[in-house]
Amino acid sequence: MDTVDIARWQFGITTVYHFLFVPLTIGLSALVAGLETAWLRTGRTAYLRATKFWGKLFLINFAMGIVTGIVQEFQFGMNWSDYSRFVGDVFGAPLAIEGLLAFFVESTFLGLWIFGWDRLPKKIHLACIWLVAIGTQLSAFFILSANSWMQHPVGYRVDEETGRAVLTDFWAVLTNSTHLVAFPHTITAAFVTGGMFMAGVSAWHLARRKNVEVFRPSLRLALAVTAVASIGVAVTGDLQGKVMAEQQPMKMAAAEAIYETERPAGLSLLTIGTLDGDEELFGIKLPRVLSFLSTGSLDGEVEGINDVQAAEEARYGPGDYRPFVPAIYWNFRLMVGVGMITAFVSLAGLWLLRRGRLPSNPWVYRIGMASLTLPFIGNSAGWIFTEMGRQPWSVYGVMKTSASVSPSVTATSMLISVISLTALYAVLAVIEAGLMLKYAKAGPPSEDEVLPPPPDDDDPDRDSERSLAFAY
Amino acid sequence: MELTTVWFIAIAFLWTSYFFLEGFDFGVGMLLPVLGRGNVERRVVINTIGPVWDANEVWFIVAGAAIFAAFPEWYATLFSGFYLPLLAILLALIVRGVAFEYRGKRDDARWRSRWDKAIFWGSLVPAFLWGVVFANIVRGVPLDADHEFAGTLGDLFSPYALLGGLTTMILFVLHGAVFLALKTSGDIRERARLVAGIAAIGAVAAGGSFLLITQVEHGEPVTWLTAAGAAAGLVLAAVAIRRGREGWAFIGTGAAIVLAVATLFVALFPDVLPSTLVEAHSLTTDNASSSPYTLKIMTWTAAVFTPIVLVYQGWTYWVFRKRIGTDQIPRPKNEPVR
Repeated sequence: MDTVDIARWQFGITTVYHFLFVPLTIGLSALVAGLETAWLRTGRTAYLRATKFWGKLFLINFAMGIVTGIVQEFQFGMNWSDYSRFVGDVFGAPLAIEGLLAFFVESTFLGLWIFGWDRLPKKIHLACIWLVAIGTQLSAFFILSANSWMQHPVGYRVDEETGRAVLTDFWAVLTNSTHLVAFPHTITAAFVTGGMFMAGVSAWHLARRKNVEVFRPSLRLALAVTAVASIGVAVTGDLQGKVMAEQQPMKMAAAEAIYETERPAGLSLLTIGTLDGDEELFGIKLPRVLSFLSTGSLDGEVEGINDVQAAEEARYGPGDYRPFVPAIYWNFRLMVGVGMITAFVSLAGLWLLRRGRLPSNPWVYRIGMASLTLPFIGNSAGWIFTEMGRQPWSVYGVMKTSASVSPSVTATSMLISVISLTALYAVLAVIEAGLMLKYAKAGPPSEDEVLPPPPDDDDPDRDSERSLAFAY
Repeated sequence: MELTTVWFIAIAFLWTSYFFLEGFDFGVGMLLPVLGRGNVERRVVINTIGPVWDANEVWFIVAGAAIFAAFPEWYATLFSGFYLPLLAILLALIVRGVAFEYRGKRDDARWRSRWDKAIFWGSLVPAFLWGVVFANIVRGVPLDADHEFAGTLGDLFSPYALLGGLTTMILFVLHGAVFLALKTSGDIRERARLVAGIAAIGAVAAGGSFLLITQVEHGEPVTWLTAAGAAAGLVLAAVAIRRGREGWAFIGTGAAIVLAVATLFVALFPDVLPSTLVEAHSLTTDNASSSPYTLKIMTWTAAVFTPIVLVYQGWTYWVFRKRIGTDQIPRPKNEPVR
């Protein structure tokens, strides 16, 4: 394997792994903030117990998101130094601003929230978790503006003297048309992830009729959020498809495994191509649907892989501009399929819970629990699709992945890196999953545990002698 | 002042803040097995930094990202050139961060003892390697005409770099010991003062020789002042800790760290990563920097948001200003669920 392959494997492994935790962080932080708000507004202890229960699961997940994020920040320089040299002027600013605006807010106010239960007035404590939730979304905004620039570079020019990209319009980078659809798509998917997670865990407890007063409201909130967010995912996904068809026709063609340009184009339900990947052998299609999805017209033209290849050769010179079509085609289907199932599950769940009902059929709960995994699969498939679909480019139409890798780093060093990170991540995955299961099954604290202890006496100095509300 | 100079100073500020803040976190982590006898005492030690360690670590993320944004060539060469030491730092920080969060999540002595080891090594490795990295930045490394690192792993571990590593390690142990003396009560506080007294001697010896060599080889006239100030900070810390004035001792170790880092950055300027092969291959604030437009955006953003960060992060320390003792650690059975 050469260094490009090793660096790509590391980026793929570490990024997909990191993004198991990120959407759950984004979704759950807002849900936990919502529950704490409900407690403050109604005074009902069940909401406080729910806040503490989901907050604990949120923190187990958050820790992993933080530590795996450190690698994301620095592997650009370590494995992709030529990329970093070329794009730093444009790409570095969103990363630095993300750190300054988002990471400080998240980490500081989360520390206050965890340890501040008895140190802060209730409203300030609530504000802390809302700030964490806003911080996660700010973070997503800036990092997605950087990624969107790789998908569709705008607001820059290439300096003739240095051969490097130079930022000319930061506002254009932030309001990139790709970004304006990728950001809501990612955020709504994160809410689906948080919602389905909450729904799945609640289903486990409700199947056993445990702590119904905590988990029934949790489940209804989770399903409502998932249902609304699922619609958002579908709408923004559709918009993204149209943007992608225009900006990256190769990705669109690969997503549908269309080899020759079609007008009108059918939506592929199953396509099997030749092994060399330039011809279709067998396919089942819905007529005209793809035309509508990618252009908005039943009669629109959708370019085929072979035609885009010819066009890109004419534009960028000889070379292979096709991504690995089977990975693109199947990950696209996985992403869309999972999105449709979660939308259905959430709507069906809301129907089954209507007007105080609590279904007795155990399969309802089993399906609910199993659905917990779906958004994670969909998120991963979506990112594998969008990143592999951009290949062979690291910055679409501007810089190739093969030219992005660090020239001074040996394959041995990179192997040490990818193997040690993967091994460590695997061990941490087992530990994290074990803790998640333990604390998910343990259920929420009892009423007595969450209510503040009665004051011992009137001496204010005694306060400092009291046990901490929370300690590691 | 040119924006490239502004950003050189900004990055020096970010690293200084990082070493000041995470310096005591690293020290606390390295002292965990020394000062914490038994689980309750270890929990006291860890909880002195519980609410703040994560935000302290963000200074590293932001410092690194600011280098990427303001000096992309520096970022590219530094992180690809110092590949394996930086990988070790990343691995250590991953293990350490998870350890803080997960240590108390199972009531099992073996589970805790493994995470304690993770906290110790996860603090020691970066505390040492940051010194190695910064010694190499100041002294320079072999860079070719494309500004690519042209040396070997062995080049990064020269005696001077090892002395740099030893300096940051002992300095952070001292800073952590003083911090613990300031933030705990009872036996741990007494032991922390004792350890601080010993560590101060080591810090003066290692740090003094490291700064002296740095001054002689790479210094400017003004760095005589900063280096001497750093030494004075250490002396202040040593004297104050013996007299039980922990606040003054912390000011002393803090000043030592700030002035030591300042010495390194002033000695480095206007280079950001000198080449030991040919001077023309060196990366400087000039040839490594982003465009003026990018630097302008970054300057405005940093000027508005850095003070806000400092205010709310400072407020956190105010909220959690009280000392912690063993009697405040909640007993496992009625430990409130967070």
